[in-house]
Amino acid sequence: MSKLFSADNVSVRFGGLQALDKLSLDIDEGTIIGLIGPNGSGKTTFFNAVTGLCRTAGGQILVDGEDIAGLHPRHVYQRGVSRTFQRSRLCLSLSVFDNVVIGRQNALDLTLFGNLFRRGRFIESVRENHDRVRALLSTFSEPLAARTFDPLHTLSMIDRRRIEVCRALIANPRLLLLDEPSAGMTPDETHEFMSDILKVRGDHPRMSIIIIEHEMDVIQRVADRCVVLNFGKKVAEGTFDAVVADPWVQEAYLGSS
Amino acid sequence: MASENQWVIASALVASLFLSFGIARTKAGRDFAAILQNSGSWIVLLIPVAGLAIGLALHEEHFALMMLATVLIYALACIGLTIQFGYAGVINFAGIAFFGIGGYTAAVLGGMGLPSLLVLLAGGLVSAAIGCILILPVLRTKGHYAALITIAFVLLFRSFLEVNHTLGGPQGLRVESATIAGQSLFTGIRIGSFEASFYLNYVLLALVLLAIFFLMARFLEKSWIGINLDSMREDPVGAAVFGVNVAYWRIMSFVIGNVLIGIAGATFAMMQTFIAPSNFTFQQSLLMLAIVVLGGIGNLWAVIPAAILVVVVPEKLQAISEYRFLVFAILVVLVLRFRPNGLFPRSMRNFRKEVGQ
Ligand SMILES: Nc1ncnc2c1ncn2[C@@H]1O[C@H](COP(=O)(O)OP(=O)(O)OP(=O)(O)O)[C@@H](O)[C@H]1O
Ligand SMILES: [Mg+2]
Repeated sequence: MSKLFSADNVSVRFGGLQALDKLSLDIDEGTIIGLIGPNGSGKTTFFNAVTGLCRTAGGQILVDGEDIAGLHPRHVYQRGVSRTFQRSRLCLSLSVFDNVVIGRQNALDLTLFGNLFRRGRFIESVRENHDRVRALLSTFSEPLAARTFDPLHTLSMIDRRRIEVCRALIANPRLLLLDEPSAGMTPDETHEFMSDILKVRGDHPRMSIIIIEHEMDVIQRVADRCVVLNFGKKVAEGTFDAVVADPWVQEAYLGSS
Repeated sequence: MASENQWVIASALVASLFLSFGIARTKAGRDFAAILQNSGSWIVLLIPVAGLAIGLALHEEHFALMMLATVLIYALACIGLTIQFGYAGVINFAGIAFFGIGGYTAAVLGGMGLPSLLVLLAGGLVSAAIGCILILPVLRTKGHYAALITIAFVLLFRSFLEVNHTLGGPQGLRVESATIAGQSLFTGIRIGSFEASFYLNYVLLALVLLAIFFLMARFLEKSWIGINLDSMREDPVGAAVFGVNVAYWRIMSFVIGNVLIGIAGATFAMMQTFIAPSNFTFQQSLLMLAIVVLGGIGNLWAVIPAAILVVVVPEKLQAISEYRFLVFAILVVLVLRFRPNGLFPRSMRNFRKEVGQ
């Protein structure tokens, strides 16, 4: 297996706060890493640093050996990284279809000429993209797949979570960053949702995932490896069993002595 | 007599406002809006057909035809503002300045004997070019700076014209009327016993331009670009994470919008055959924005009734013409407070018909 992504001594500072402190992390193609740690330990900040939403104060972020630290979010996306947000960032006034299809930015014809004067061809591509969006949505929920032209604000919270994951997946990313995708779901819903994500990954065996998750049983089920953060520092790393057995994790994160 | 008439007009205005508030929210109103939105491109023909019918009915009334042409020209400019503000979320307080640039371009180039259609196009391109230079440095940053720059620009524009003697100073410039296909638009059409005011020619020209650009704007809205613009307006950060080139589309929509505003301004100048700095005040810019906001931000169709409201009513209703800025300011505040989506809210884009649902 080849190394797809590696963060090397990445630091992020917000004023006097060291949100990430020399974090290093590698992922091989096709593996899933669970990123865990208490509230405010810098997990979301790490995703923001990778996707160009906050500046790093040192270190390298390598995708295929190329340093993407400091690139504009748009260029990070073009290198095959897509993500979801802890607090949903969907366009409530647009349709489900619009919200998902935006993730296929690279595949869409964005020329003025193509959009205004080749309408026949444009409508062809609407049909093709609509089929893709429907197919992806139906992996998660058949009823949802029938609602492609409903306004997003009419969807339940769970469906909105699904839409956000679909928007990230439809880009066919090489690295997918999931920030607490199951927040607000019941354990049963979470279980089903994770199965669906794994199902999609089955079709893209080379896609790598980093997932931030508070539910330890979710991590146990999906993650090949775990990384534990505390105050922006990596405090443990390894398989789930190894990490949970770590005395520091026992005390600081799981709260048992 | 006259004051009685004013009361009739005032009550008609209030009644039509309430009606449009109401009708847009009834089942019939929503169905009609859905027809306008979801029908094929042929529906845009409603504009020239209705405009032509009204124009012919009024063919001898100079003033009424001038009002009609002005409404159509303002509607064209407001389609430009809709692309900028309604779609991309870039607010342009200098609409009237770009309208004026189109007008002055027509005055200068028209005097040099260039073909009128070329002059119209040049009006659009010059306004777009100046707008581009103006906004390029700030559009990369946050939106508020761009808004401030446009305010500064519209204020400076008028002062600049007043001191610039090549452009006629405060007296302004004469503008050559348009000549299209060898036909001067300054002479009214005569066919047998049918005689029309020359303003009818400008109604026709404005109808053609409005129909063309209305159709283009409709295509733009219902395209990948339209989806990109809406996404970045709602959430620029989220859109950028999915590869949307936010700065590029802000600039693009500003440029496209100014092309339309410039063409509208050039048409207006050719119709009036005279322009002066006093036509291009900040208040006029606000009136243009009021059309977009009152109608329903982002709803192309709404621009037309709103343009009628803002352009015609003050002319008909002498009582408010002096206070029109105040009246429309209050109206805009009320609409934003109680109907933030305008009298005729924009309806959500869907591709049901295209995918056969
Ligand atoms: N834009 C910002 N400006 C200033 N401080 C920030 C910013 N973003 C995050 N922080 C701070 O950085 C620290 C890490 O925050 P982060 O959101 O990465 O934590 P997290 O591990 O994702 O926590 P949670 O589990 O609650 O989501 C927190 O103390 C937070 O307050
Ligand atoms: Mg977080």
